[in-house]
Parts: sequence; structure tokens; C-alpha cells
Amino acid sequence: MTAALYVPGAGPVHRAPAGLKLGLLAALAVGLFVADRLEVVAGALAGVLLIGLGVARLPGRALLAQVRPVWPWLLALLAFHLVFTGWHTGTVVVLRLLALVTAAAVVTATTRVTALVAVVEWLARPLAVFGVRPARIGLVIAMTLRFIPLIAERAQRIREAQAARGADGFRFQALVPLLIQVLRLAHTLGEALDARGADAPAPSPRRAGASAP
Amino acid sequence: MREVAHDYGERAVLRDVSLTLAEHRVGVVGANGSGKSTFARLLNGLVVPTSGTVLVDGLDTRTQLREVRRRVGFVFQDPDAQIVHPTVAEDVEFGLTNLGVPPQERARRVEEVLVRYGLAGHRDHPAHLLSGGQKQLLAIAGVLVMGPQRVVFDEPTTLLDLANTRRVARVIDELEHDVVVVTHQLDLLAGFDRVLVFDDGRVAADGTPAETVRWYVDRMS
Ligand SMILES: Nc1ncnc2c1ncn2[C@@H]1O[C@H](COP(=O)(O)OP(=O)(O)O)[C@@H](O)[C@H]1O
Ligand SMILES: [Mg+2]
Repeated sequence: MTAALYVPGAGPVHRAPAGLKLGLLAALAVGLFVADRLEVVAGALAGVLLIGLGVARLPGRALLAQVRPVWPWLLALLAFHLVFTGWHTGTVVVLRLLALVTAAAVVTATTRVTALVAVVEWLARPLAVFGVRPARIGLVIAMTLRFIPLIAERAQRIREAQAARGADGFRFQALVPLLIQVLRLAHTLGEALDARGADAPAPSPRRAGASAP
Repeated sequence: MREVAHDYGERAVLRDVSLTLAEHRVGVVGANGSGKSTFARLLNGLVVPTSGTVLVDGLDTRTQLREVRRRVGFVFQDPDAQIVHPTVAEDVEFGLTNLGVPPQERARRVEEVLVRYGLAGHRDHPAHLLSGGQKQLLAIAGVLVMGPQRVVFDEPTTLLDLANTRRVARVIDELEHDVVVVTHQLDLLAGFDRVLVFDDGRVAADGTPAETVRWYVDRMS
């Protein structure tokens, strides 16, 4: 499991504003779901690949890595449609999802997490009236991306330690040391956030950093 | 620090500690559970004493917490627990954003510390792919970029191998900041100005590294 989404680059796709890319992604999603002609859907996929591989110069395996987890679903979906509706609808449905997943992969591979998070914070700004702090939402997203691979890695280590002591297969008991580690991690993490000033309210009502010091 | 005592509920962890730390480099040693981490946390207000007062440059950690935190950085034992952003540069930038530093200056300061700590080549790398030593250097960079005048380290090398311990020790040695370093690695303290030995919540010895380390080693054996 890896959250290594961003692939550094300096081309036009990388430099395009994150808000624009997310907006286009949303528009593409809507467009794809109203279009049910094979040429349109196939053309969209080709366009996405052209932008991702050609313009943004992303390595093919970076996109493949994002698409791989959905393969089984796509195949199952195709099989379902072949049996119940026919190959045409099946192909459209599968290509549509493939285009969308690939487009999402292109956006995440060309946009830093901080930039994506800034868009989410911007979108969450109206929630400030209800006392929600948009910067907090952004921090939670960033921390989730940071800690998923870490916790997966620790879980793996515990599984290995238990295998070394003769436990085979998944043991429910493996969750106990993992939980203890995660709680300890969370405790220090809370202190580290404090020590690095995350508890401070933003210096101005706008995003921290958008204001003069 | 005057007549400081601290307890967690029923448990007295520090008892009647009164100290003034004016030295450039202060080491802290002692057995597990002797109160070193609690002492270290008092210095930047992560822990507020149950009784007594902790002053940093005359500022009370109880009432002037924000200003104290700005002056005193804190590096923890486990780098994984203090890196909060998925990639290296983003994590270094985090503290600056919290301080309200404008974006252009943030970028400049981030770049500066990345270069200084040999992390410039890892700018956009996921933090979890760094080695343990690089992670600890990243944690240190993320603290130093905020411009504290003093830095407290709580066992910064305990989880590192020998080569990385040396690297981190060299970084600490080269700091111009006043530092307080809690450690079990006594050789780290050779060039220090003062070493405190904690025992069961009290300062049991206090002096030059030569005196106190010998005292401590004798007592343990
Ligand atoms: N948050 C806490 N809650 C309750 N007890 C704690 C807490 N932190 C530390 N202690 C206890 O206080 C004592 C001193 O801990 P600590 O300052 O971490 O010592 P050291 O760093 O020297 O190992 C230990 O017995 C520990 O179990
Ligand atoms: Mg400790």
C-alpha cells in the first residue's frame, strides 16, 4: 500500500491550478455518465491517456498502479453486462469507469497533496459559519494519507513478528499490539502537533499563511 | 525552574526540582521512568507543572504558552509520530504555515533547511520511504525551520542504528541553538556543558559530563 501519488514534474499539467484540475475532473465525470456512445467514451479515455502520458509525461506504471486495484471490478462488471445486457453496454460501462479512474490518477499524480488539500479547504470555507475550521479538515486529509502506509507497515511488521514465533495466517490477537502502537503513536502525534503550533488558530480569518506575518 | 513538582493523578513523577539552565548544551540521563521525558516536556509547556513555575526567558509556560512554544522546539524519539504530512517538503512547511508565514518566504525557508540537512533530493518523496535516520533529520528540519532559539530533544537517537545516530549527533553538535538532550547514549554528551542525572523524579547529580557520567555509570553497576 502506498500513498506515493505525486510524481514530480514541471509541465503544463503539473503547473495548472489544482482547483481547475479538480473542476475538470468533476466535469468529465458528469460528461461521461450522460454520454453512452462508445466512441465518446473511448475518445475520453484516449484523451486522458494522451494528457497523462503525452503531455504530463507520467510513467505508465504510475497510472497503472492506480488502476490496478479496480481491475477485478471492471472485469466483473464486463462479465455481468456480457451475460445480461450485451457487449456494447458492457464496453461503454467499463471504458467509462476506466477513463474516470485514469483521469483521477492523472490529477493526483500531477498535483501536490497540499494543493489538493487547499482546494478542499477552500470548498469547506462556507462551513466556517458552523464553527468548522477548514484548515483542520485539510490537516486531517493530509494526515490520513501520511499514516495509512505507516500503519499498514506496522501491521505487516507485527504479522512478521508473530509468524517468526510460529503463528500462521491472520490472528485476531495481532490487532492488540497494533492498537497499542497506534494509540501510542496518536498520543505523541498530538504532542508533536502542539509543539509545531497546529493548535494555534489561524492568524487571520483567511487561511494561515495567506496573510502577512 | 522553581520548586517544580509534577504528578499524573496519584503518581508523583517529579519532586521539588529547582534549576536554572543557562548553559549552551545540557544533557539529561537517568533510568527509564525516572522523569526525564516529563522534565523535557515541562520546558516547552507540553506538560504544565502541578505545582511550581517553569520560566523560559522569564516567560511562564502556564500563561505565555504560545510565546514559549515559539522559542522552544521539541524533537521526539519516534520520527514517525512527528511527521504529519505525506511528503518531505510539505512536512517541513507545516510549522511555517501554522506560524502564518507567507507562501514565498515559506518556500525559501523550506528549501534552505532541506539543503542544510541533506534532504533536498527527497523534496517530493513520501516520508514513509525515508530511512529512520532521514526521518529523524526531517523531524529536526521541521522544528528548526520554525526558528526556535532553543531545542529540546527527547531520546532522538534511541530508535536509530549507529551510522544514523552519528549523523543526528553531528547535526545536534553543530547547532548554534541552546539544546537540552535526553539520551541513553552517554558518548553523545562528551562535549556538553552540563549533565543532569535523574533518579526517581529528582535530580540526583548535576555537573560536568565527566563527573556526572562517571557517577551515573558507577551507580548503575
Ligand atoms: N501521560 C502520563 N500519564 C500517566 N503517567 C505517566 C505519563 N507519562 C509518564 N508517566 C509516568 O511517569 C513516570 C516518568 O515518566 P517519564 O517522564 O516518561 O520518564 P523517562 O522519560 O525518564 O522514562 C513513569 O513512571 C511513567 O509511567
Ligand atoms: Mg522518556
